[in-house]
Amino acid sequence: MSTEEALFQYLIRLGDNALILGQRLGEWCGHAHQLESDIALTNVALDQIGQARNLLTEAGRIEGKGRTEDDLAFFRSEMEFRNNLLVEQDNGDFAQTIARQYLFDVFQFHLLTELSRSSNEFLEAFAKKSLKEVSYHRKLSSDWMLRLGDGTEESHNRLQQAIDILWPYTAELFEMTEADKVLMELDMVPDLKLIEQKWQAEVPSHLEESRIRIPDTKGYMARGSRDGHHTEYLGYILAEMQALPRSMPEAKW
Amino acid sequence: MTTDIKEMERRFQEKIDSGLKIEAKEWMPENYRKQLIRMISQHAHSEIVGMLPEGNWITRAPSLRRKAVLLAKVQDEAGHGLYLYSAAETLGIDRQTMINQLLEGKAKYSSIFNYPTLSWADIGAIGWLVDGAAIVNQTMLARGSYGPYSRAMVRICKEESFHNRQGYEIIYGLANGSPEQKQMAQDALNRWWWPSIQMLGPSDAQSKNSEETMRWKIKVESNDTVRQRFIDRTVPQAHAAGLSIPDPDLKFNEESGHWEIGEIEWTEFYQVIKGHGPCNHKRMQARQKAENEGKWVREAAAAYAKKQKSRQQIAA
Ligand SMILES: [Fe+2]
Ligand SMILES: [Fe+2]
Ligand SMILES: [Fe+2]
Repeated sequence: MSTEEALFQYLIRLGDNALILGQRLGEWCGHAHQLESDIALTNVALDQIGQARNLLTEAGRIEGKGRTEDDLAFFRSEMEFRNNLLVEQDNGDFAQTIARQYLFDVFQFHLLTELSRSSNEFLEAFAKKSLKEVSYHRKLSSDWMLRLGDGTEESHNRLQQAIDILWPYTAELFEMTEADKVLMELDMVPDLKLIEQKWQAEVPSHLEESRIRIPDTKGYMARGSRDGHHTEYLGYILAEMQALPRSMPEAKW
Repeated sequence: MTTDIKEMERRFQEKIDSGLKIEAKEWMPENYRKQLIRMISQHAHSEIVGMLPEGNWITRAPSLRRKAVLLAKVQDEAGHGLYLYSAAETLGIDRQTMINQLLEGKAKYSSIFNYPTLSWADIGAIGWLVDGAAIVNQTMLARGSYGPYSRAMVRICKEESFHNRQGYEIIYGLANGSPEQKQMAQDALNRWWWPSIQMLGPSDAQSKNSEETMRWKIKVESNDTVRQRFIDRTVPQAHAAGLSIPDPDLKFNEESGHWEIGEIEWTEFYQVIKGHGPCNHKRMQARQKAENEGKWVREAAAAYAKKQKSRQQIAA
């Protein structure tokens, strides 16, 4: 695998994560429990969409076939998407949205921290810039984890249920492919085992502080996104997101 | 006692006449306070309910740039709502009371948001026409006598101008795109034109209690004056984009320099205001759902804050 090919795949993975999470968060807009949360969730959505634009544009440039951010976002099919299964899971209630956000934020925070030392100029600059945004997301979601987990009995139960649902989707965040190996050799990307260690050093203790227990999944952890095998949710997300541009492929918007 | 109030009213009026702003802590006639609360909360509710028709298209925006711009716009509207609720709170009412009034159907919001967003062009039309009408109205309100509201209007208008330009950019692009896109733009204009004209309120002939409102400078210009300004700036924009205004009686009056429109269909306007528009029910249902489903979240936040406080007290 060439460096360009590996880099393209890696950028697509990061870009799709940002895009699909941003898309999910966008569904909340106007429907949150109070204005302040509407603004906060939209803020996170905006940051993610902004990151997706940067990443997909760079992916298109590296690929060298003239594909734009929009070509990549709107004209790829489900199995070509490489986002993690976690970010495509549905919003559920506010507890589920926060739990998904928290589990991902901690991952993204540590990944970007490492990427900000990348030997690849784009990744280095991108990570440095995005780290500021993601630090705020991580603060927002970890604060809500405490409020909901240690709030009322109802909020606690809802958050526990959310973690029970989402926990199996956390393992594949750290799964590595050929692309990781190629780029690690060149000091462009970190070993995801290192990110996993940092994530494991942070998440379980914060869950404990939030009075939430880690579910026993009897050894089952979901996987598949690295091969383009997603959960049932992604098809619907893309159907909604891509319908208009696909209905008029030549149109400019 | 009576003379006292009369004297205070005289001084209040004098202050307004000399162009000074009234501030939150100052004495004001009870009816001035009431009218302002009604108006500001109605405006705040409009910002919030207005998030719904536009929010509809966030997940379906046809490019990532458009998606980001729309997200930012809807977020701005939430900010306007927040800012306006705070302005109303300076008059001695709290946000939750206002929200309850909305949900109980006791408070109104702009009737325009009871129309559906059926195509992507509607997002352009809302920014261009609805934010456009709002700007003309709010620029007038910024000259009003109540300080906190007037200042809120100045700040909000800057962002509305931005929304207005982005909306027009969408419409202009569609109108000059493929035949399908052009049709989409014209159709949106056809549906949104008259509701935007009506959005600026009943005609002067039918408008109630405007004498007091004008004397107190809650409003400084009549609905019809503001409406004419909106028409004059919008008609040439439609023509520049190559779109036609859905009004066979529209004509330019060379003498006055104004665009004159045909008869406004007020029956529909009053119908929608009374709750019988295409989306009244859907909009209220969405707000009610957010309120109901948010109850446990608000309770959790309050319970956690209380626990934290007692923990700190124990530690101290
Ligand atoms: Fe607004
Ligand atoms: Fe407004
Ligand atoms: Fe606006």
